[in-house]
Amino acid sequence: MGRPIGRRSRRALLALSALAAVMAPALGSPRAAEQSPAAVQIGFIGQRVKREAPQPYLDPPPADEGVAGARLGIADDNTTGRFTGQQFVLAEALAPEGGDVAAAFRKLVGEGVRLVVTDLPEAPLLAVAALPEARGVTLFNTAAPDDDLRAEKCRANLLHTLPSRAMLADALLEYLLVKQWRNVFLVVGPTEGDRAYAAAVKRAIAKFGAKLVAEKPWTFQPGAKRSDSGHYSIAAEVANFTQGVSYDVLVVADEDDQFGDYMSYATYAPRPVAGTAGLVATAWARPHEEWGATQLQDRFRQAAKRWMTARDYAAWLAVRAVGEAAARAQSVEPEKLVAFMRSEQFQLGGYKGTPLSFRPWDGQMRQAILLADTRALVSVSPPPGRFLHQFSELDTLGMDRPESKCRLQ
Amino acid sequence: MPLAMMRAPRRLLHPCRSWAMPALAVALWLTPAGGAGAETVLVSNEKGNSITVLDGESLKVLRTVPVGQRPRGIVLSKDKKTLYICASDDDEIETLDLEKFTLGPPLPSGPDPETFALHPDGRHLYVANEGSSLVSIVDIAARRISGEIPVGVEPEGMGISPDGKWIVNTSETTSMAHFIDNDTRKVVANVLVDSRPRRAEWTADGQQVWVSSEIGGTVSVIDPPSHKIVHKIAFAVSGVPQEAIQAVGVALTKDRKLGFVALGPANRVAVVDAQTYEVKKYLLVGQRVWNLAFNSDESRLYTTNGISNDVSVIDVPNLRVVKSVTVGNQPWGVVVRP
Repeated sequence: MGRPIGRRSRRALLALSALAAVMAPALGSPRAAEQSPAAVQIGFIGQRVKREAPQPYLDPPPADEGVAGARLGIADDNTTGRFTGQQFVLAEALAPEGGDVAAAFRKLVGEGVRLVVTDLPEAPLLAVAALPEARGVTLFNTAAPDDDLRAEKCRANLLHTLPSRAMLADALLEYLLVKQWRNVFLVVGPTEGDRAYAAAVKRAIAKFGAKLVAEKPWTFQPGAKRSDSGHYSIAAEVANFTQGVSYDVLVVADEDDQFGDYMSYATYAPRPVAGTAGLVATAWARPHEEWGATQLQDRFRQAAKRWMTARDYAAWLAVRAVGEAAARAQSVEPEKLVAFMRSEQFQLGGYKGTPLSFRPWDGQMRQAILLADTRALVSVSPPPGRFLHQFSELDTLGMDRPESKCRLQ
Repeated sequence: MPLAMMRAPRRLLHPCRSWAMPALAVALWLTPAGGAGAETVLVSNEKGNSITVLDGESLKVLRTVPVGQRPRGIVLSKDKKTLYICASDDDEIETLDLEKFTLGPPLPSGPDPETFALHPDGRHLYVANEGSSLVSIVDIAARRISGEIPVGVEPEGMGISPDGKWIVNTSETTSMAHFIDNDTRKVVANVLVDSRPRRAEWTADGQQVWVSSEIGGTVSVIDPPSHKIVHKIAFAVSGVPQEAIQAVGVALTKDRKLGFVALGPANRVAVVDAQTYEVKKYLLVGQRVWNLAFNSDESRLYTTNGISNDVSVIDVPNLRVVKSVTVGNQPWGVVVRP
C-alpha cells in the first residue's frame, strides 16, 4: 500500500524495540518483566484442493485464503501480547492435495500444539477430530459450513467461527421478511454443497413462515459463455427457466459461483436475486465498513495485498478468540483458554457492533451476518428489534438451544 | 482496485481546502453578531468533510467550513485561536484559524489520526494513529513528530492528566487503557477494560480516569496511582436491547458531581452521579450519539449524533434536552470555543 520503505523499516524497528522494552509493564504478572514472554502456539492446518474457478473470472480463489486471516490474527494478538507478556506463534501445516492431513495434524500435536485452526472441508475435519491424538486438542472450524457438524455430527473438541449454512439462510430470510418478499423461488445447483445450502434455505423458509413457491435444479451448462455473444444463450435460458412462476425473490444455491451471477437482470419477471449470488448472506464482505471494520479491512489489505473473505475472517476470529482469552484469563495454558472461551464471560469484538461468543450447546460462534452485494452493504441480520429472542437476538440465526440436535461428547 | 488508486483522489480533493475564504464571508465574520462574549460550538462532520460553526446563544449555523477528508477528533489550541482537526484520511492534522476561518499549513500526524489531545503545556499534541498501533507526539511549533509510543491494536481515546504527567491511551481491539509517563514516554501500566474502549476522560482534579467501552457497554473508573478499576458503571434502558447500549463519549463536570455518557445506538445520554456512580437518568438525544462537550460554565452539554446528522443541546441544571440543531453529514467531534 504505497507506504515508503523508510516508514516501514522504521515501524519494524519500533516493533523490535517495543518487544524489548514494553515487556516491563506486564499485566498482572511482574515475572514476565524478566523472563521471555510466555508463548501460545496455535496450529493452522489446511489442505490444498483444486477449486473450481468461478464463472465470472473476476475473483479467482486466493491461494492463501484462510491462512492470511490467521496470520493477521497472530499479528493483532502479538500487539496486545507486548503489554501482557504473552507471545503468539502460528504453526502452519498445509497438506498437499490428496496428502495425509492426519499425519500433518499428528506432527503439530507432537510439537505440543493444543489449539488448532482447521481450514478443512467436513470429511477430513471429522477424521482429524476423531483421531486419538485429538483428545485434549481444541479445533477451530473456519471452512466447513455444514449444519450436521453442529448437530448430529458435533464434537466436544470442535468450535466453529465460520457461520453455519443455517445461520446464513436465517439471516437472508429475516431480511426477506422485513422486505415482505415472502414468496421464494429456489434454484439449486448440482453440487452437494448447493443441495445443503438449498436445504438450509427451505428450513429457514419454514422457520420464518415464508413460502417456497417453486424449486428447480439448474442443469444448463453455459459452455460458450465466454465466447463472443455467449451471453445470449444464457440470458435466454434464465428467462425460460424463470417464466410461469409467480414469486418475489429468486434465491440461488450455487456455492461455487458457477451460474448465480448470470441470473440478475435476465429473469423473465423483474425480480431480485439473492442467496449465493446477488444479495449474499455472508460473515464478511468487501463493502463492510461499519463498527470500525474499515480498520480490519485496511490491516488485512496491507498484509495480504487483497481483500478479506469470509474464510479469512473466520480464521482471524479463531486466532483472535485465543488472544482475547489469553489477555482476559491472564494465562497461556490451552485448557484455561478454552474454558474461558466457552464461558459466559467471553466477549470478542468482531467489527459487527455486538460482541461475539460461543454457543455452549454446539460450539458455534454467535455473530451478526452481513447482507451485501459486491459493492454495497444492504443490511445486517438480525435487524434490531424485529425478531425477538429470550436471551440474544443473535440466537435467532442458526440452531438455537431447544432445537439443537448436538449432544456434545 | 489497487490501493494506490484508492488513496489518490484524496489529494485531488485538496483544492477545496481554500486558503483564502471569499472576502465577503470573512468580512461577515469579523463583525460578530453576538458581541464579544458569544461562544461558538465547533462540530466536525466525518462524511461531510467540513466543520460546522454554531452560535452558542442563538444555536444557528454561522458557517460551514470545508476541510480535509474524514475529520474526526478536534481540539482547540491553548490560546483558543486555532482548531486542530484530525483529517483521518489525509494523514495530517489541519489547522483552522478561528478568526479568519481559513486553513493554515497542516501539522504532521502519523498515519490515520483518529483522535488527539493537547498537552496542558499547549505545545504538544498526542495523536492516536488508529491504523498503526502508535501514539505520535506532535511538536506544534517545530511542525514535526517528536516521538512515537507503541500501544495496542487500534488506538482510539487520548486523555492527559491535568498536571500533564500522565497520558492515557485506549486501544480498541487490545481492550486496554495504556498509562504513559510523559517524562520517559514509556508505557508504565496497562489496564484491561471491557471490549472496545473509546474515550479516556480525566476528572478535573486528576483523581480518576473514566474509560468507556463500546462493545462492553460499560464505563471503567480507574484510580491512576494504583492503575486499578475502582468501579464499573453499567447501563440499562428499558425497551432498548442490551447490545445497542454502547458507551462512547464521556463528559465530567469540573466539580466531579455529574458524569455524562453517550450510549451510541441506544440514542441516549446517561446521567451518572459521579460520586456514587448511580445512573440518575437517561436523556433521549439524536441517533448514534458519539461525543460530548460542555460550554464554558457547564450549563449546556452538546452531543454529536452520527446518524441523524444533528447536535442535541442538553440543559445541564435541569437535565433536559432542549433543542436539536442540524449540522453536516455524520457529525463526530464537538468543542466549545469561549
